[in-house]
Amino acid sequence: MIGIVDYKAGNLTSVARALAFLNEPCVVTDDCKILDRASHIIFPGVGAAGTAMANLREKGLDDHLRLWVQNNKPVLGICLGSQVIFDSSEEDDTACLGIVPGVVKRFPPDVRGEDGPLKIPHMGWNSVDFPRRHPVFADISRDAEFYFVHSYYTAPDDESVVAGWTDYGMRFCSAVARGSLVAVQFHLEKSGRPGLTLLTNFCRWRGDYAE
Amino acid sequence: MLSKRIIPCLDVRDGRLTKGIKFKENIDIGDPVEAARTYYEQGADEIVFYDITASSEGRAIMLDVVKRVAETIFIPFSVGGGIKTLEEMRQVILAGAEKISLNSWAVKNPEIISEGARAFGNQCIVLGMDVREAPVTRQIPSGYEIVINGGRTPTALDALWWAQEGERLGAGEICLNSIDADGTQNGYELTLTEMISTHVGIPVIASGGAGTPDHLLDVLTKGRADAALIASMVHYQRYTISEIKGFLSEHSVKVRGLW
Repeated sequence: MIGIVDYKAGNLTSVARALAFLNEPCVVTDDCKILDRASHIIFPGVGAAGTAMANLREKGLDDHLRLWVQNNKPVLGICLGSQVIFDSSEEDDTACLGIVPGVVKRFPPDVRGEDGPLKIPHMGWNSVDFPRRHPVFADISRDAEFYFVHSYYTAPDDESVVAGWTDYGMRFCSAVARGSLVAVQFHLEKSGRPGLTLLTNFCRWRGDYAE
Repeated sequence: MLSKRIIPCLDVRDGRLTKGIKFKENIDIGDPVEAARTYYEQGADEIVFYDITASSEGRAIMLDVVKRVAETIFIPFSVGGGIKTLEEMRQVILAGAEKISLNSWAVKNPEIISEGARAFGNQCIVLGMDVREAPVTRQIPSGYEIVINGGRTPTALDALWWAQEGERLGAGEICLNSIDADGTQNGYELTLTEMISTHVGIPVIASGGAGTPDHLLDVLTKGRADAALIASMVHYQRYTISEIKGFLSEHSVKVRGLW
């Protein structure tokens, strides 16, 4: 059973729908006891970092997320869920979970592409370069694209945790993998076939990974 | 880099497509869910549903359509038409839509843009603008005026002003429809699209006038649009989305392939 962490951060039904399509049983809950029994944890989220962290703390989910990662339970962060695993976020100047060392920054206002200034949020389909051979990112074509919507990006202290790079006027970290934790900035549940492949890979993954 | 998005638009009334859609296999489809799935498989980057139902029964049927779409296609889609309250927006989002498009109602009640953005995030709110060319006056300095109620009612609002105001109020995206070009299949309104797109900081979807892949190429390059809405050129099997994307790709426009 896959546990989806409900912390009132946007619409969590789309991840549940994608899992239903893949015939993966799941439960959407904020109850730590139920999530403790789940084989895998998905930690999605849309919205602002400040509110998200407040909601996580209120339910004690912050401690449990750290514990699950420590205990090698497979955990997948999506979008906002991939940001609050870091130490802090520039969004509302928020102290975050501190599971992965690094910070979350806002795209600079002067970010430019070949044809001039780029718009923020970074919204739409973009490619991801997966530099590591990780089971969750296996079987993805080099040309696959994923759906992004975000104004902040993650900047890990240690680049060895980066599992995906994306270019938007600058190169930024769009996927992270460390131990039993993987996190992606893009919405894999809205990224067509490659997104579903990634989700399937995660559901089959036992949380083990060697470089 | 970000790909340019190709977005088919489906008009729905009482849960059925208003005009049947004909695919290459010569099958007529009236079910919006089937049509959405076909476009998804052809490589649509997003789908727009425009609900032209007025009744509350029709709205309930639309919610069911949204749920069924969300269960079978895994790309973002938006719903517009007649949505007026936060509660209606919430229902559509919970049913599985990513985005809500606000048009005439936002002109009459601009605060719905901010309320929606606060409740669901800016990325959820698409400001739909119907625009037509107008004589340049002090009130309409850009020479483009906002019209509402399907293009029937002029508002004396300047289109450029309204686009920037919409962004300020919290819209995450603009869907810019030229009433002059709409239905002509003679190409998008490039001057209008270029002007709006270069004067706002949020993505602009160009709409109205698409007839050939060349038109999309023009609006995505000269018109500087971030995305292009298409309707009849794909609904009547003249082109598939994959053919359009192939053409754009040959002309160095980055589009998402199907992998």
